[in-house]
Amino acid sequence: MTPGNDTGSHTSVDSDRDSGVDSVLESGLEGSLASTAEPAESEAPAPKRDLAQLWVCGFLAVLGVLVVVDAARLGGFSASNDPIGPKPVPIILGVLLVAVAVFYALDAVRGGHGEDEGANAGDRYDWKTIGLLCAVFIANVLLIDWLGWVISGSLLFWGCAIVLGSRRYFLTLAAAVVLGLATFYGFAIGLGLGLPAGVLQGIL
Amino acid sequence: MENLNALIDGFGAILTPGNLLIALIGVTIGTAVGMLPGLGTAMAIALLLPITYGMEPTQAFIMFGGIFYGGMYGGSTTAILLNTPGQSSSVVTVLEGYKMARNGRGGQALATAAIGSFVAGTIATIALVFVTPITVEFAIGLGAPEYFAIMMLALIATASVLGSSRIRGFASLLMGLVIGTIGIDAVTGQQRLTYGVPELANGIDIVVVAVGAFAVGEALWTAARRRNGKDEIVPVGRVWMGRSDWRRSWGPWLRGSALGFPFGAVPAGGAEVPTFLSYVTERRLSKHKDEFGNGAIEGVAGPEAANNASAAGTLVPMLALGLPCNATAAVMLAAFQTYGIQPGPLLFEKESALVWTLIAGLFVGNAMLLVLNMPLIPMWVKLLRIPKPYLFAGILFFASMGAYATSGQAFELYILLALGLIGLAMRRFGIPMLPMIVGVILGPMAERQARMSLQLSGGDLSGLIGGPVAWTVYAVVAVIALWPLVSLARRRAAKGREAVAA
Repeated sequence: MTPGNDTGSHTSVDSDRDSGVDSVLESGLEGSLASTAEPAESEAPAPKRDLAQLWVCGFLAVLGVLVVVDAARLGGFSASNDPIGPKPVPIILGVLLVAVAVFYALDAVRGGHGEDEGANAGDRYDWKTIGLLCAVFIANVLLIDWLGWVISGSLLFWGCAIVLGSRRYFLTLAAAVVLGLATFYGFAIGLGLGLPAGVLQGIL
Repeated sequence: MENLNALIDGFGAILTPGNLLIALIGVTIGTAVGMLPGLGTAMAIALLLPITYGMEPTQAFIMFGGIFYGGMYGGSTTAILLNTPGQSSSVVTVLEGYKMARNGRGGQALATAAIGSFVAGTIATIALVFVTPITVEFAIGLGAPEYFAIMMLALIATASVLGSSRIRGFASLLMGLVIGTIGIDAVTGQQRLTYGVPELANGIDIVVVAVGAFAVGEALWTAARRRNGKDEIVPVGRVWMGRSDWRRSWGPWLRGSALGFPFGAVPAGGAEVPTFLSYVTERRLSKHKDEFGNGAIEGVAGPEAANNASAAGTLVPMLALGLPCNATAAVMLAAFQTYGIQPGPLLFEKESALVWTLIAGLFVGNAMLLVLNMPLIPMWVKLLRIPKPYLFAGILFFASMGAYATSGQAFELYILLALGLIGLAMRRFGIPMLPMIVGVILGPMAERQARMSLQLSGGDLSGLIGGPVAWTVYAVVAVIALWPLVSLARRRAAKGREAVAA
C-alpha cells in the first residue's frame, strides 16, 4: 500500500534500457522521493509538480490531529444501549485523515494533480479581491444583528458588486436597496423567514 | 396496480392552480440556475431550502422536483451556446453541441437536447415508478448492519469511483465526515469537536455546507481569477428540428435513456459515465461518423438523454433507501430531514401522498419544461448577459440570507465563509466536492446504524458484519477498493510482455 514506492521502482525498471537516465533515477530514488522526476512514466509532456498541494496535506494532517485530540478528551461511556460510545468514530476519522495526508503528499511530490489536471497550478490569484470580498462579508456578519438585514444585506450586495468590478455606484446601490427590501418583505414577512429587522424595527 | 392508483392520486393533488404555480416557479428557477455557469441545482435547492421552511412539505418538494429537472435543461443550453459545461454531466454535450452552434445549427442542437431531455425524463420517471417500489420491498427486510454496509458502499464508491484521483476523493470525503461529526452526539449527548464554541453544539447544517462550498466558493473562485469579462455567446435562431434531425435523434434518445437510468440508480454511478458511454455508442452506430467532432446531432441527443435519465435514476436510492448519490439528492435528503421526514423504505407507507405527489410533480414539471423552454430559449439566453459582478454579488447576498435563516445566528455566516474558503481551495487543487457533501449527510447516518448494529449484538463486533446481504455489499466494496491494485498488476504484466517482445 505504498503507491509512491511502487510506481517509483516501476519507473526505474522501465528505464533500464537507458542506463544514463537509470543511474540518475536510482540516485534520485535513494536520496528522496521529492527528487524523482519520473521521465519514463509519462509519455505526455512532463507534469509540472504542484507543491502548493502540500499545504492541503498539512491542513488535513492538522485536522486529523485536532479530531483525535478532541476524541481523546471524551469520557469512555459504555452504557448497555450504546456499547462503543461516541469515541471510536472520530478516532478512526482522525487516523484516516493523517494517513490520507501522507499519501496525498506522496502523490503531490510525485507530480500528481487533481481533476483539473493541474490547470490551475500556475495561475496567479487575485488575493486583493478575495480579501476585500471577505472583508465585505465579515462586515455584514458584524452589522446584521444591529442594523438589520435590509441595511446590512444591501451593503453586502453593493460592496461585493463594487469589489467585483461594477463601476455604476448609484445604480448598484439602488439595486442593492431594492433587493434588500424585496427579500425582507417577501421572505421575512411573507414566508416567515428569520431575518432581523435591526434598527429599522417598527419602521419596516 | 396499487402504485398506479397512488400515482393518479398524486396527479390529482398536483393539478391544482396553486401547486401548478409552484411547479412553474420551480422549473423557472431550475432553468435559470442550470443556465448560469457556476450555479447548479444542488446549490439552488440549498439556497431555497431555508426559504421553504414556511411552506407545506408537499409544495416544497414539488418545487425541488421542478428545480431538479429544470437545471438539466438549462445546463445543456449553456453547454451548447457558451462552450462551458454548467455541470460535469454536460461535459460531453459540449463536444458536439458547441460545434453545431458554431455551424449555425444551434437551434437544432437545443431542440434535440430539450426534446431528448423530455423523452428521457418521462421514460426514466416511469421506470422510477416501477423500480422504486421493488427496491422498497427489498429494503424493508434490511436491518441496521445491512444499512451500514450499503452506506459504506455509497461513501467509498463516491470517493473512489468518481473523479480522477482517489486520494483527493478520500480527502474530500473525510472532510465531510468530520464536518458531520461536529456537534452533540445523538446517543450520549456529549459534545464532539466543538472546542467549547456553543454555537457549534447543534452541528453544521448541510445547507450551510452546500451553500458555502458551492455558492460562496464559486464566487470567491471567480473573483480570484478575475474572470469578470463577458463570455462569447453564439447567437441562436429558431429552435426547431427538421425531418432528418428527428430521424437521427430518436434512436440516441432511447439508447441514452436506457444507459442513463441504471447508472443513476446505483450508488456513485453518476451522470458522467453514462453520458460518455452514450456518446461513444452513438459514434459507433452512426451513419454519419465523419460528422462526429464537427457537430453531429446524435452526439447531443444521446448524452443529453442519458444525463436526464440518470438524474431521475438517482431518485430511486434516495427515496427507497434514503441514500443520496449526487449532490442534489444529498440536499434533497437534507430537505426531507428538515421536515422531520426520513426517506427510506417506510417513506412510501408513512408519507405515501407526499412521495407520489413529488413523482407526479416530476412528470408535470418535465412537460412544462418542454412547452415553456422550446419557444423561450432565446429569451433565456439573455440571462447569460447579466454582468458577473451583479451575478456573484447576488449569490453572496442570497447565500448569506439563507445561512442566517437556518438558525437566526450571525455566527452561521462565519461558518459559511470558512466553508467558502474551503470550497475555493478545493477548486484550486482540483479536489472533488461531491464526496464531502455526501459525507456530511451520510456520515452521521452511517454512525447511527453502526452503533445500532452493535447495540443489537450487545457490543460484539461481529454484529457489524451482519447477514448475507451485508457480505455481498462488502464484497463489492472490496472489489472497488482493490481495483487499482488489480489494474496496476495488469498494466505491469502488459509492460513486462512488451519488454520481452522488445
